[in-house]
Amino acid sequence: MSFPDGAPPGVRLVGLTKSYGRVLAVRGIDLTIGAGQTVALLGPNGAGKSTTIDAMLGLSRPDAGTVEIFGRTASEAIRAGLVGAMLQSGQQPEYLRVREVVELTASYYPRPRPVQEVLELTGVAEFADRWATRLSGGQSQLVRFAAALVGDPDLLVLDEPTAAVDVAGRNDFWRVMREVARQGKTIVFATHYLEEADAFADRIVLLARGRIVADGPATEIKALAGTRTIRATLPEVETGRLTALPGVTSAQRHGETVILSCADADTALRALLSGYAAARDLEVRGGSLEEAFLELTDDQQDGAPGDPAEVPSPVADGAETAGVNS
Amino acid sequence: MNVGTHLKFEVLRTFRNRGFLIVTLALPLVLYLAVTPGNKSKHAMVENMPFELYFMTGMAAYGALFAVFSPTTRIALDRQRGWTRQTRVTPLRSGTYLAAKVVTAFLVALPCVVLLDAAGTVFGVRMSASRWAEMTGLLLLGLIPFVIMGITVGHLAKAESMPAVIGGLVVVFALFGGAFGEFFNSGATLKVIKLLPSYWLCQSGKVAEGGGGWTAEGWIVVAAWTVVMVAVAIPAYRRDTRRA
Repeated sequence: MSFPDGAPPGVRLVGLTKSYGRVLAVRGIDLTIGAGQTVALLGPNGAGKSTTIDAMLGLSRPDAGTVEIFGRTASEAIRAGLVGAMLQSGQQPEYLRVREVVELTASYYPRPRPVQEVLELTGVAEFADRWATRLSGGQSQLVRFAAALVGDPDLLVLDEPTAAVDVAGRNDFWRVMREVARQGKTIVFATHYLEEADAFADRIVLLARGRIVADGPATEIKALAGTRTIRATLPEVETGRLTALPGVTSAQRHGETVILSCADADTALRALLSGYAAARDLEVRGGSLEEAFLELTDDQQDGAPGDPAEVPSPVADGAETAGVNS
Repeated sequence: MNVGTHLKFEVLRTFRNRGFLIVTLALPLVLYLAVTPGNKSKHAMVENMPFELYFMTGMAAYGALFAVFSPTTRIALDRQRGWTRQTRVTPLRSGTYLAAKVVTAFLVALPCVVLLDAAGTVFGVRMSASRWAEMTGLLLLGLIPFVIMGITVGHLAKAESMPAVIGGLVVVFALFGGAFGEFFNSGATLKVIKLLPSYWLCQSGKVAEGGGGWTAEGWIVVAAWTVVMVAVAIPAYRRDTRRA
C-alpha cells in the first residue's frame, strides 16, 4: 500500500508509558517514524525496547499514550495486513513443517508474496521440508523472518532479529533486509548490537531506562560518539580558562584531574601543552560508538536488571541535555 | 485471508499427533468391548435400557468428552511456545481461530462416537438409520458446552497442568453424568445431576428406545451451559490476548 504526500507516518508513538507492577518499563516515549524509514531501537537489556515494540504491536496495552500505524490503531493495521513482525522469543509450532509454517502465515494476509520466493530469499528453502521444531536457533530465527516477510507487509517490526544467529547468519540476514528496505518498506528493529544499528539503520533511537536518550541519523549518533576527551593532571587552573582553549567544548575538574571534551582533540592538545606546561599524565580517549553507547545508557555502572525506574541515572540525564534529542 | 488453509493446518496438526489420537479413540472402545460381554446377560436393563445400549452411549459420551478437549493442550502449548502471540500480530481473526478449534474438536469426537456405535451393533444394538442419526446428533449437540470449556481451559491453564485438569474435568463430568452407570437415579441428587450437560450426553441413548430425545429440561440445561461457557471463554481469551 502506498500513501500520497502528507500521508500518515509509518509509526507514531505519543507519550507511551508502561509499567509492570512497580517497575516503569517505558517512561513517556514519543517517536514518529516516517514511511519507508529503517529505524534501529538501540539499547541494553531492560531499556524498554521490547516493551515499546509490544505496545506498538498492540500485544500489551500501554498505561498511557497512543500508538498509530499508518494512521490507524495497531489492531486495525494488523488486521489490514500492513504489519509483519518477528517477536523476540518464540518457538515454532509443533506438527508443522517449515514450509507449512510459512504457508500458514501467508494464508492470513490479503496479498502475500509467493511462499517459494520467500523461502529462497531467506535461505529457508534448504530446510523447508524439516519439522519446524527440529531446527537450530539460527534456522528457527530465519523461519520467523520468512514468516514476517511473507505477508508483504508495509511495516516490518523485528525485535532483536539476530539474537540467536551466528556471524555468518547475521550477514545473510542483513543482506535480505537490505533488499527489503530497498523496496520502500518501513522497518523498525530492536538491537543491542551497535554495528547492526550503524550499518543498517537510517536513524538510530537510543533507549535507556524507558526513555529516548538520543535520536538521530546514524552519522549524528556516531558524531556524538566521535567526541574525544583529554584527561590530564593539572592542578590550580580554572576550568573556565580551559574551556576557552581552541577545540575544547567543555571542561570538568575532579580533584587534580581535568577532563576536556573536545570537538577537535588534536588542536586542543597542542593548545593545552603550549599554554600549560604543568599538564602531565595526558590521556586522549576517543570515540567509538560503543563508548558513546555505554556512556549514554550507563549500562556498566548501574544497569540493575528489571528495575530501571528506581535507579537514578545521572549520565543518561546528562545525555539528554547534550542536545541530541531531536 | 484464506480460512481454509488455517483450518487445514489446524486439523493436520491434531491428526499428526498419532499417539494422542489412538489413545483417545481406543480407550472408550476397549472399555466397552471389555465390560459389555460379561454384563450383557447379568443386567438386562439399566434405566430401562439394555446394558449394551446404555454403556455404548456412556462410553461414546466419555470418549467424546476426552476428544473435545483435544485442542486444549495444543492451545496451552502454542501459548507457551509463543506461537499464539506470533499469530496475533498477523491478520488472523479471532473468529477464524476459534471456529477452527471448534471444528477440530468435533472432528476428533465424531469418529469416537461412530466407533462406539459400530461396537454397539456387534452386541446387538439395533435401531433405524434415522434413530442412529438422531442419537448421534444429540450427543454431538451436548458436547458444545464442553468444546467451549476446552478452549477456555487452554487459554487459562499451563500446558504442564493439562493432564490433571483435563483428566479431572472429564472424569467428574463423565462419572456424575452417568457415563459409567447411573449411580444417582432418584431424589434430590438426581435433580442436581440433571443440571449437568454430561447427564444429557448419556441420555441421548434413550432415543433408541423410542423416547423423544431430550426433554425440554435437557435442551435448557445444554443451552444454559453453552451460554455460561461462552461468557467465561470470551474474557479468558481476551485476557490472554493482552498478556505481554
